[in-house]
This record gives sequence, structure tokens and C-alpha cells, in this order.
Amino acid sequence: MIIINLLKLFWTFFKIGLFTFGGGYAMIPLIEQEMVNQGYLTIEQVYQFIGISESTPGPFAINIATFTGYQIEGVLGALFATLGVVLPSFIIILIIARLGDMLIQNRVAKNILSFFKPTIIGFIIVAALNVMLKAVFGDMQNFDFSWQALVIFSVITLVSVGFKKLSPLILILLSGILGLLLYMI
Amino acid sequence: MSKTKKYLDIFWTFFKIGLFTFGGGYVMLGIMQTTLVDKKKWLTEDEMFDLIAISESTPGPFAINAATFIGYKRAKFIGSFFATLGTVLPSFVIILIVSYFLNAFESNLYLQNFLKGIQAGVGVLIFRASGRLAKKLEKNFFNILLFFLGVIIALFTNFSLIYLLLILAFFGIASSFVQKEKVFNKEPKLNNEKEDHDDNN
Repeated sequence: MIIINLLKLFWTFFKIGLFTFGGGYAMIPLIEQEMVNQGYLTIEQVYQFIGISESTPGPFAINIATFTGYQIEGVLGALFATLGVVLPSFIIILIIARLGDMLIQNRVAKNILSFFKPTIIGFIIVAALNVMLKAVFGDMQNFDFSWQALVIFSVITLVSVGFKKLSPLILILLSGILGLLLYMI
Repeated sequence: MSKTKKYLDIFWTFFKIGLFTFGGGYVMLGIMQTTLVDKKKWLTEDEMFDLIAISESTPGPFAINAATFIGYKRAKFIGSFFATLGTVLPSFVIILIVSYFLNAFESNLYLQNFLKGIQAGVGVLIFRASGRLAKKLEKNFFNILLFFLGVIIALFTNFSLIYLLLILAFFGIASSFVQKEKVFNKEPKLNNEKEDHDDNN
């Protein structure tokens, strides 16, 4: 029985890993669907977890695989689920890496990448905007203005512009400390 | 450097990257730029950009894609194994701990405030990372157009990035063929014509 659950977990997350292109949040609809269909999590739990994973390290995909796997079959479940979500990328990228420079030096590939790059920057900047807006103004569903978030964002921006060489880790630490202080007020 | 040391170095480098990426995929970009390009010099800024572009069109989280690829570049299969393991381990362990102590995690006010602070600050990191990438691109009409295309589609539609990239890939391929034709259609120069040096390549 347990082995069947573990294999199901592996397979569910393998599918999620395989069909998620371009970054964590794109997979949320697929995850919602799979979690609820398989009976792993309720929709509320999915959202609760999205919230949690925004503050834990690591890619969202890994986080939710580990979390869900743990809920279903403990540490072993977490292991099988995480393995499932990681394997598709791992294999595909290994293949691409193996094909090697030959692929990347290829003229057609270079052309394709030149179309991708500016567009991707556009997407990333919007992602940055969304992250900021969400922290300051809350979700679509619950409007919740946080002056602390605004202050922190502003401070970090100023620090980042003033000290250009500052490591992101220091900025993260600083944000956290500011949060500790400001949210207590 | 002995093989073991090399593998450990890869593992530890990606472990640190995996450990400090709070709040999702693109934050990791900034940390990777600093660690892999600046500090370790395992890849150039251009290679990093190529990697990002490729990752956006392959399945899976960017973190895993990047780790696997860079790990492979450093030390083949075993390198990619240790890089990916390093990236995944911190989240895996931390989420296990959080899941086990879920109530304590959610009700600890200090922790929650600290994390809220991080959420507020990470937007800046992502802006910074994208700024760094943008510097690498020539500010020509083509790039600026595509940039705004990306911004508008991301901002106002739910259109998935991957479908957009598929469409762009089509144009990319088409444009390669157009270029090829241009080369073949060039007229051969006559010997007594003054050579006009075209330095635009």
C-alpha cells in the first residue's frame, strides 16, 4: 500500500515537473488541479502553502513537493515527491548539456535566443513588480496596504543603488531585520 | 584540485545558493549572478544569460536547470548530480522541519515578521537582476520592441510565457532563413570595383 502511494506521489510530481515551463508560479494552476484531484490537499491547503513557500528558501516546485509528500507519507513521501519533481529537468538539461556547445553555437539557436532574451527581461521585470505590489498592497482578493513593506522596499532600493556591490544576501538579511522591527510597531 | 574537492565545492556552492533564495525563482537569479559569475567565475555574464533564456523554454524550475547545467559544465554527470543535490537539499530539509512544526512556524510572530520583511525586499533583488541582464543587450529597436512585448503580455494577459517563446522561436527560425537568403543573393564584386568595406558584422 505504502509503495503504491509513494509511486503515485512520484508520478504526480514528475508530471508537474515535466509540464511546468519557465518558473514556479506558472505551475500553480496545474498543482491546484493535481493536488485536489489526487486528494492530496484541499484548495485551502494549497493556498496556505503558497503563502508559506514564499518565505521559505528554494524553488516553489520543490517546496510544495516536499510539503505534500510529507503530508501523505512522511519523510519517504517527501523524498519520492521531490525526486519526481526534480527528475524531468535534471534529465532534459543533462541531454542539452551533453549535446553541448554544438547546440548553443548553432546559428539558428542563437537567433532564437536573441528573440527570447529581451522578452524574458520584460517578464522578469513584471515579476519583480508583482512581488513588490503584492508585498505592499496585498493580494487580488484581500487588499491590505502595508506601509512597512513600502518602507522596506524603499530602503532596500536606496541601499542597493547607493552600495552597488552589496551582496543580495546582505540585502535579504537587511529586509528581514527591517521586517522584524517595523512589523512590531 | 582533487576530484572530491571539486565535487564538494560544487555541492557547497549550490547549497548556499539554494539556502538563501527566499521567495521564489527570480530572486535566485541575483544570487547566482553574484556567486557564479562574479565570485566563482564559473560562467560569464553572457553564458548566464543564455542559460536563463534556455531555462525559460525547458521544463522545471530555473534553479534545477541552472544547477544541472553548470554542474555538468564543471564536472560532467557527477558535477550535475552534486549541484542539483546542493540546490534541493536546503529546501527539502527546511520544508520538512516547517511541515513538522507547522503550527509553531506559523504562530511565531518574530519569524513571520522577519519573513514578511524579506518578501518586501526581494522585489528589489529581482529588479537588480533584470537590470544586470538588460545591460547585456544592445538598446536597438528590435530588443526594445520585444522587451515591451514581454512586459505588456506579462502585465495584461495570462498568456503563458512558454507559448510566447514557442511563437518567438518560430520567428527566430524564420529569420535565420531570411538571413541565409540575403547572403546567397549578394552580387559578386567585379575586380576593378573599389571594395566597400562593410564593418557591420
